[in-house]
Amino acid sequence: MNSVLVFIEQHNGEIAKVSLELLGKAKELAEKLNSQPAAILLGFNVKDLADEVVKYGAEEVFLVDDKELKDFRTLPYTRVIVELIKKENPAIILYGATTTGRDLAPRVAARIGTGLTADCTGLEINDYTLKDKTYKDLLYQIRPAFGGNVIATIVTPLHRPQMATVRSGVMDALEPDSTRIGKVISLKVELKKEDKVLEVLERAKSEKTAEAVNIEAAEIIVSGGRGVGGPEGFKLLEKLAKVLGGVVGASRGAVDSHWISSAHQVGQTGKTVKPKIYIACGISGAVQHKVGIGSGTIIAINKDSEAPIFSYAHYGIVGDLFEVVPEIAKQ
Amino acid sequence: MNIIVLMKLCADPKKGTMKKDGTVDRKKSPPIPNPYDFNALEEALKIKDTSGGKISVIFMGQETGEAKDMLKDALYRGADEAIILCDKKLGASDTRATSYALAKAIKKIGKPDLVFCGMQAIDGDTAQVGPQVAEELSIPQITYVKEIVEVKKNTIVAKRLIEGGEETVKASLPVLLTVTNLANEPRLPSLKGMLAAKGKKIFVWKVDDVGIDEKKVGLAGSPTRVKKVHWLTREKSDCKLAKGENASELVADLLERMEKDGIDLKGENNE
Repeated sequence: MNSVLVFIEQHNGEIAKVSLELLGKAKELAEKLNSQPAAILLGFNVKDLADEVVKYGAEEVFLVDDKELKDFRTLPYTRVIVELIKKENPAIILYGATTTGRDLAPRVAARIGTGLTADCTGLEINDYTLKDKTYKDLLYQIRPAFGGNVIATIVTPLHRPQMATVRSGVMDALEPDSTRIGKVISLKVELKKEDKVLEVLERAKSEKTAEAVNIEAAEIIVSGGRGVGGPEGFKLLEKLAKVLGGVVGASRGAVDSHWISSAHQVGQTGKTVKPKIYIACGISGAVQHKVGIGSGTIIAINKDSEAPIFSYAHYGIVGDLFEVVPEIAKQ
Repeated sequence: MNIIVLMKLCADPKKGTMKKDGTVDRKKSPPIPNPYDFNALEEALKIKDTSGGKISVIFMGQETGEAKDMLKDALYRGADEAIILCDKKLGASDTRATSYALAKAIKKIGKPDLVFCGMQAIDGDTAQVGPQVAEELSIPQITYVKEIVEVKKNTIVAKRLIEGGEETVKASLPVLLTVTNLANEPRLPSLKGMLAAKGKKIFVWKVDDVGIDEKKVGLAGSPTRVKKVHWLTREKSDCKLAKGENASELVADLLERMEKDGIDLKGENNE
């Protein structure tokens, strides 16, 4: 009752990093609410992971181990979580803002009839006053919106649970501690025929994920945004980065478009970098992006002379990056 | 095939300017169609091209010039009809209330086989309306679609993006899909399409026309409240812009300016 519940995302027995980060946050929020951090773990043959989840701070783990839950599928997972919500009445449920979390959470929210805030970068417990009525201890769901130009604080005053998806890499996971004690509660949930109308035929990893990108330590970053236009455009940036001895970065827009993996992302919701030279190609440059760059020299290349990036870049070229980038590599 | 495409107008994040009350100044930054919605429409058109069917486009919002332009554009590209779901009572709806209203409009059109949405809107970036509409319609969903592999009378196979890869799923119809911009390069309206669009209609529906329960829309029907919106400010520019007629001159000028300041592109500061 009244717990702060984290949806533990796992694929093939591997827990998503963001789920562990959320356990750390859940513990902090639960302390303020005088309740406990809990987790829900779904999958097949994932019992061992429950102990892992306890090490990262969950005091209760609801485990639903079923062959039908082996691969993530929206409808079976929704059924299980909705049943648990009805039984346990958690105050808050947190999900990673992954393709899985962003697929699942709205479905659960709609079925329960509660609110949901996407892509949070901050979570706090505070009171909220609406029409002279004060709601105690609500979850403040803080998120960037409007291309990173604004930071909005959202609350769900009347509906429970309060739900949010949270960006990866924003919260800090606790150090795993094997002396932590948690209760593992196994549940059985009956799925219905209409939950099984979709099947996963194949799951494939793309080759690109193998690349380890260490942009946090890089001295030169050639970074691309939506203006790069697609994965092919990033190949141009890679060439320039190679010539300069740097690495490739990306704006949230490019990462959201799945042109490049999130390991490359720079900005408030991504990584903070400290290069000496930062070349921004086709990045409009929301303030949010600026926050991630640090104090090195910023060179902006953009077709749009009114792009916000020019307001804080040190040098700029108003022009077509597809012509300019190869030219820099040449000169 | 009865195909629905949901479209949205978005404030342009690149031109965002704010009024004193903290809301977007729509006069200075007129709304633009959500680009992903054209990827959604394109997938619908591809299916119509091969298997036939009727495409209805639904837009919820005010009946403005921009809205009509967007919907005409969709009709010129090959959609069959367009609906503006427009009512003051729908104002201030959050994603939950919006999804309920859109689902009501879809139900009025009839039982859909396929519902298409963009993967998310570029202003709110929530990606929540698609799945919530699917729940309202009690149909499965396939989000982040990068490719539709096969559509049959009762089933669909599609590839969707997941972290670090992709998965191929098979679902029974009806189904709702949210489409990424990797799925296709949307066609543009053609002259032929414009001529073919003669006689195609844009309908305007009110809350009462589709049987929406007023308590479930607008602020009253929205579980979430915006507590505060904080605009991040922009600083004045002292950016040194390169001059030149072409890429080669621009780059040469840039490097010269940087050299004067003692910075070279290898990251060494010579001072």
